[in-house]
Amino acid sequence: MSGGVLVLGEGEHGRLRAGTNALLEAARSLAEQGAGPVSLAVIDADADAVLAGAAARVAGVRELIAVPSPHGSFEAHVSQAALEGLIEAHRPAIVLAGHTVDSLGFLAAVAARGRHGFASDVTRVSFQAGGLHAWRGDYGERLLAELDFPAKKTVLLALRAGAFATRAPSDGAPAPGGEAFAPRVSRLELALAGRMRSERIELRASAGEPDIDRAEVLLGIGRGIGGAEAVPRLERLASRLGAALVASGAPVEAGWVSRTRKIGQSGRTVAPRVYLALGISGAPQHLAGIAGATTIIAINTDPNARIFDVADHGAVADLFEVAAELERQLG
Amino acid sequence: MNILVPVKQAGHLPDDFVLEDGARPAPEALEWRLNEWDERALETALGLVESSGAGEVLVASVGPVQAEAGLRACLAKGATRALRVWDDSLADADALIVAELLAALARREQPDLIVCGVQASDTAAAATPAALAGLLDLPRVAAVGGARREHDDLLVERELEGGAVEVLRIGLPALLSVQSTPGRPRQANLRAIKQARSAPLETLVPGDLDLDEARLREVAGARLVRLSERARVSGAHMLDGPPVEVAAWIAAIIAVESPA
Repeated sequence: MSGGVLVLGEGEHGRLRAGTNALLEAARSLAEQGAGPVSLAVIDADADAVLAGAAARVAGVRELIAVPSPHGSFEAHVSQAALEGLIEAHRPAIVLAGHTVDSLGFLAAVAARGRHGFASDVTRVSFQAGGLHAWRGDYGERLLAELDFPAKKTVLLALRAGAFATRAPSDGAPAPGGEAFAPRVSRLELALAGRMRSERIELRASAGEPDIDRAEVLLGIGRGIGGAEAVPRLERLASRLGAALVASGAPVEAGWVSRTRKIGQSGRTVAPRVYLALGISGAPQHLAGIAGATTIIAINTDPNARIFDVADHGAVADLFEVAAELERQLG
Repeated sequence: MNILVPVKQAGHLPDDFVLEDGARPAPEALEWRLNEWDERALETALGLVESSGAGEVLVASVGPVQAEAGLRACLAKGATRALRVWDDSLADADALIVAELLAALARREQPDLIVCGVQASDTAAAATPAALAGLLDLPRVAAVGGARREHDDLLVERELEGGAVEVLRIGLPALLSVQSTPGRPRQANLRAIKQARSAPLETLVPGDLDLDEARLREVAGARLVRLSERARVSGAHMLDGPPVEVAAWIAAIIAVESPA
């Protein structure tokens, strides 16, 4: 096979990660626009089992390709070698992967080494007469950049989680332009043993914070709180509200709050009744984690903050003045 | 241990920016700031050099003249040398082009370790580190939250989704892309800032690294068709009023949505 759309699925505990559904959906949509058949590859120690368990979710997929890995956990160089082997064997026109912590370790490496087309953190794709187009944010998400890939035989795209809709899995739905059929299953044996160049010493699970998943109200803090010294005050407010305190990326990466409290693409995903966002600008990485909230209230001094695009209620105000007043009123 | 830290002076749009023709804004139209993840990369590199007792940190930027301010800030914090690669043909350079330039520079400098920021605050592509590691065939760890030397190796913490941490051992030479540092990055003192103002700063053009425009165009991952304004879909009901009213209204919404 050559041409077509190859989806690089990620396995986790012997199953296909949920994020792969969105990649498949994007691939199907490209196929409907004429980009060629869709195949799904999984590089994993349990690749066969992952694909076998995924059968109900792969309507419209022409081929399932298991790439058995000699290693039980993700390793960037093994994945790099495996994807290079997959591209050589299958010559896909488009490779779709998730923009995840794992893919940060190898996708751009494969693109640079193979002189392939490449774009990351992609939020929209289309296939037209002129070929593949991809859209991604630029200038801190203020603008949208439309990209094309002239003269590239293979284009690797890392798609942002949450930017692509997923339909409910439908067993045996017909493939684009055709009858329902069972995908061909194949195995690509690559010499991956010895490719590993980093060694896992330890895996520390997240410390928990069960209160975050249980709380009906979450108080989210962002860069706008200004520094670690503001955290105790806001923790106090959270407890008055019966809320758990969480944060966007900035306060976590600046060391103001623990990383177990980070909400977003590289943190946890939450679905509280109320999400009160104080001093959060609304970077898409964070918004991806709060999409499930029933009601979002945002307080920010910047009237153009992106958080107001997704909030149900908003006020352009100083978060500390509002926090102090809220605390006073709650007595 | 000698460490190369590639840094980016990220271009941000001023608040009153208006997009005119879909093309990239001129450098003069932007506000330039050192990428915050690169500050953490520098902090990680300086810490490793300090704990190993010897070595230097070279900071390098692919960017227009505005990048010099960021390089000088790195010198003030303790980087030993700084250099900048640029010519105007690089105005549209993507991560793969930048990686190609940095790879040529790394071949010249032969560092023991390359420490990058995991992504830049303007493009957020998070692609240069892996592309660079791929071109140099280096072991690499992405999304690093801390690193320390253990004999000839590095022990590196990789920050996974959901708060989990993977500890990895890698040999040198290697490449790390830093997500966060355990502490706050250091601040430069005034004397060091003054000294950095007049410190030498090497400037290169791609030709100095045996790279020409045709080759760089070939390695580009994508071509910019156009830039556009994002469609704003503000559905938020906005409340105008003093803090006392805003607070009362928040309390009311919470009482309705989440009755205690």
